[in-house]
Formats: sequence, C-alpha cells, structure tokens
Amino acid sequence: MMSTEAEDRRRVSGAFGRLARRPESGSFIGMIFVYVFFAILGGKVFLGAPGFSSWLNTAAEVGIIALPVGLLMIAGELDLSVGSVIPAASLTVAIISGHHDAPEIIGILAGLCVGLLVGFVNGYLVTRTTIPSIIISIGTMFGVMGMTLGFTVMIAGSTGVFIVPDPVTKALLGQFVGGMFQVTMFWWAAFIVVVYYLLHISHYGNWIYALGGDRESARNAGIPTRRLTIGLFMLSGFAAAFVGVGQVLTYQSAQVLTGQAFIFNSIMCVVIGGVLLTGGAGSVVGIVFGTLTFSIVNQGIFFSGLDPNIGSVIIGALLLIAVLTNDSFRQMAQSYAAKREP
Amino acid sequence: MTERPPILELRDIDKSFGPIDVLHKISLKVHEGEVLCLLGDNGAGKSTLIKTLAGVHKATAGTILMDGEPVEFNRPRDAADRGIATVHQFGGTFPLMSIGRSFFVGVEPTKQWGPFTVFDRKKANEIAVKAVQDFGITRINDGDRLVGGLSGGERQSLAIARAVYFGARVLILDEPTAALGVKQAAHALRIVNEAKRRGLAVIFITHQVMHALAVGDHFAVLIRGSVAADFRKNEKTREEITDLMAGGESMADLEASVEGYVESHEGRLPPTNADE
Repeated sequence: MMSTEAEDRRRVSGAFGRLARRPESGSFIGMIFVYVFFAILGGKVFLGAPGFSSWLNTAAEVGIIALPVGLLMIAGELDLSVGSVIPAASLTVAIISGHHDAPEIIGILAGLCVGLLVGFVNGYLVTRTTIPSIIISIGTMFGVMGMTLGFTVMIAGSTGVFIVPDPVTKALLGQFVGGMFQVTMFWWAAFIVVVYYLLHISHYGNWIYALGGDRESARNAGIPTRRLTIGLFMLSGFAAAFVGVGQVLTYQSAQVLTGQAFIFNSIMCVVIGGVLLTGGAGSVVGIVFGTLTFSIVNQGIFFSGLDPNIGSVIIGALLLIAVLTNDSFRQMAQSYAAKREP
Repeated sequence: MTERPPILELRDIDKSFGPIDVLHKISLKVHEGEVLCLLGDNGAGKSTLIKTLAGVHKATAGTILMDGEPVEFNRPRDAADRGIATVHQFGGTFPLMSIGRSFFVGVEPTKQWGPFTVFDRKKANEIAVKAVQDFGITRINDGDRLVGGLSGGERQSLAIARAVYFGARVLILDEPTAALGVKQAAHALRIVNEAKRRGLAVIFITHQVMHALAVGDHFAVLIRGSVAADFRKNEKTREEITDLMAGGESMADLEASVEGYVESHEGRLPPTNADE
C-alpha cells in the first residue's frame, strides 16, 4: 500500500509535478483547444480583428463579474444575484441621469451603490443565518428584479429608459475603440490586476482560501470571517453593477430584463477556470482562462458556420470536461511529492 | 512539579444549551509537561468540553484558571492568545492549501512593497518546513506541497508543530489517532511525547485505551457530561480502566501486552501480529 503510493508520487515529479500543481493548467489546455478548433472552422475572419473583438468584448463583460464570483466560490459561496444587479444598476443610471437629467457622475455612483448594497444584504444574510448562499442570492435576485421593474414602471412609465451620455463618460465606460473593441476590456484588465493582488499577493488571499477550506477553522484561526464574507459579496455586487453601468452607457438604453444570462455564464467561466465548486481552491489566472474559453466558444460558433445551438452543447460539454480534468489535476497536485523523497 | 499551580484548571464547569445540560461540574487540572487523557464514548461531552476550553463555547457556570488565575474566553482568539491550541482529527483542515499557507492561516507573514502588503510566501514556507522538521518529520521539505498530499500522521505533526510555533502551552488533541493506521498512530504518539518533553501540557482526547496508556500521565473518564473517574498513571489497574470504557473488557489482555512492550521499548508500540 505504502510502496505503490510512493511509486505513484515519484512518477509525478520534477517539472511536471510543478505544472500539475498549478490549478490553471487544465483550463489553459482547454482554452488552446477551443481556440484552435474555432480557428480551423472560422478561418481568417475568426483569427482577425472581428473575431478577436467579438470574443474579447464578451469576455470583458462576463469576466468582470466572473472574477469576484470566483473569489466567492473559492470562499465557498455562490452569488446568483448578479443577474439582477446588472439591470438594476443600468436603470439606476438611466433613471437618474437620463430620465431626470442629473449629472452622470451621480447616476453612476448611485448605480454602483445599488450593487454594493445588494452585496451587503447578501453577505449580511449569509453570515447571520444558516441558509446557503445559493438560496439567499436567488432570493435577493428576485427581490431586486421585482423592485427594479416596479420602480422603473412607477418612475419612468415604461420598462426601458434611454440616456445620452456625455462624450467623456462615454469614452471612459461605453466606447468602442476602433469601432470594435469595447473599452470595458481595459476595465476587465484592471479588475484582473486588483483581484490577482487580493487573492495571490496580499494575505487576504490566504483568508479566502481558508474560508473556503473550512469556515469553522478559519474563524478559530482568528480570521474575521463575517467581514470577509460580506466584503466578497459586496465586491461581486459592485462588479455586476459596474457591468450594468458600462452597458447602459454603451447601448444608451437600459432594459429591466437583461443580465440573467450572466448568472450561469459567470459561474461557468469560473468552473471551467478550475475553481472548485465546493470552495478552497482556484486561481485568478484560471478564472481568466476559463472566461476566455467560454467566450471563444460563445462567439466562435458564429464564425464557424455551425448551428449556433451547438455552441451551448459545446459549452455544456466543456463544463463537464473541465470539472473532470480539474479533479484529476487536483489529485495529481495532492499526491505530488518532491524528487528527493526517500 | 505539582507545587506550581497547574497551567490549566477547570473548576465545576457546567455547560448547557438551553434546557439541555451537556457538561456537569467538570473539574480537571493539567500541568506542564503532562499528558491528560480524556476518555469517553461518543456523546459523553468530550467535544463540548474541548470547545469550551478553546473559547468556542462559553461555560454556563464554573471557572477556568490558567496558572492559578481565573480567565475568561469569550471567543476562540482569547483562548489562542493564552496559548491554548486545538488540533483536530485530520490535522490541517485545509487540504487544498500549501503547507506554508496553511501554517500561517490568520497570522500571515507579510512584507511591504510600496503601498502594498504582500504575503511573504518564501518566509512562510521556510518557517513551516523547519518547524515540522524539528518534530522529526524530515520527509517534509517543500512548503509549496499541498496539505492534502500529506499522510495523516504528517498532517497531525504539521498541526502540532504549528501550535507549538505559535507559542501554545496547552495542546488539545482531538482524537489524533482515530483515523490513523497503527504505524501512523505510533508516529502521532511519538509527537505527543515530544510535545510533552518540550514542557507543553497536552490534553489528549481519545477512546482508544491503548493509545491513552502509551502516553498518558493522568486520566479522566467522561460519562454523560460528568467526570466519572479521575486518576493518575498506575493509580488504577488496567482492568479497572478498561472496565470504565465501553467494551473495554475484551481488550484487557491486548492492552496488558501492549503496555509492557511500550514501557520496555521507549514508548514505541508493538508491531501488529494478527495471529497473536
């Protein structure tokens, strides 16, 4: 028993062992695979600027949300309310600055505050009750959706509100660079840097991993688990609101029923990126790879000449493959031992 | 040693959850360099007692004294600050974290890089690996390895080394040998002895009499939330101890041979032999 275990460990050694320990290895291979796949089918158009911009634009929006959703998942929580925070933030901006003509900065700040508030409510309820976060955030999702619809109809008299942003705001948050690339992708890059710092460089990352590994032990080790959980939910609320603000400034209108697709898409990006659904493991690089993989499939299908419905099938299959490979990579990582082992 | 006040003393500790009394008038003492074995079947109140000592629960009545002074634990941090460390059955509870990271959970070493606080991974790994090796686990030499890749005994050692590194004076070991094989358990017991040699007070929770006898100086048997028996090593015969434990009688012969072996072999447990 012991000897075969030791043999197995020795086989996975050196450079490969080091690589196998990286949770994002699987998602990187997946990303390369789908890119090559669609490059072959889509040809020059997919490889050129139109292809690039279409999947990068998709990746940027879902990616901004996937990052904090990933942090939450690593910490052992789920947030489904992001789907209704997006339109809630969009409409807040549109109503305040479009319908009522208040300065745009006020509308934007109010929109972002809506996200922070929903995140706070989620986090507060999760830490004060024993209800799983998936249920709580479904509850707040419906609550926010209902309130968004109600207030919008009450104030604006319809379910869609228009806004004409001034050029500076538009350039910062809603511009298409070169007519194709949404400015959102630079914001995504900024989010990546911030979340990477939080998870991998600062000591907060250790708290997040510990929280997802075992909440009880994390608290006993002196980690302020409540504040951390509430903070993470507020971050995901903020990110969703940020995307909502970006959307309303890009498309110059806000609709009540947008954003639901982001719920599962963000979770899919995170899981394809190698984050453990039950918490405790995952990386920012993995989430980014997962987001790119998802977006390449999501958009690449339109360049491939295949029936677009097949795209959903591929994403579904990818999700399962991702979970399986992540699992085996994780097992390899756990059984990895240094070469010098006697 | 007994002229000094005990590191940790419980006086008439009661704990009830609403109408349910879980602990009733528990009085125990543990001195430095001493192993107190807490024996008891499931549901006897062992976990509640541990949690009360670790500051997770607050006693309903009674006093906890450290070095003769009454203390109050309102949260786990209070107990930890006073040097009470609990090590659970599976050692590190963060199997997917690296050795260095899990070693420093909640007390991460950081360095300043401009305005940014940076987790000092190298330092964390070095300290963690050295601390474990000091406990005789020389197989652990890479702080980036995941805790989940360690054997049960290694995880226990890591957790104990961690507690000692952070200045633990009282080590509460919650069933450290329950999930381990014979070899691994012997290993864990050696580490208990090492902690004892370093002058720590150890509270060793178990329902394996064999393991308790191998390291214990002092024994307390918990039955339905009360201390049913409290005695020192050699104050009771093995038969009497085993009679107190559920199903202990059938083990009496085995224990007799084990204790004899352990005493004549520097605390090592005998090799297994199914035919004996």
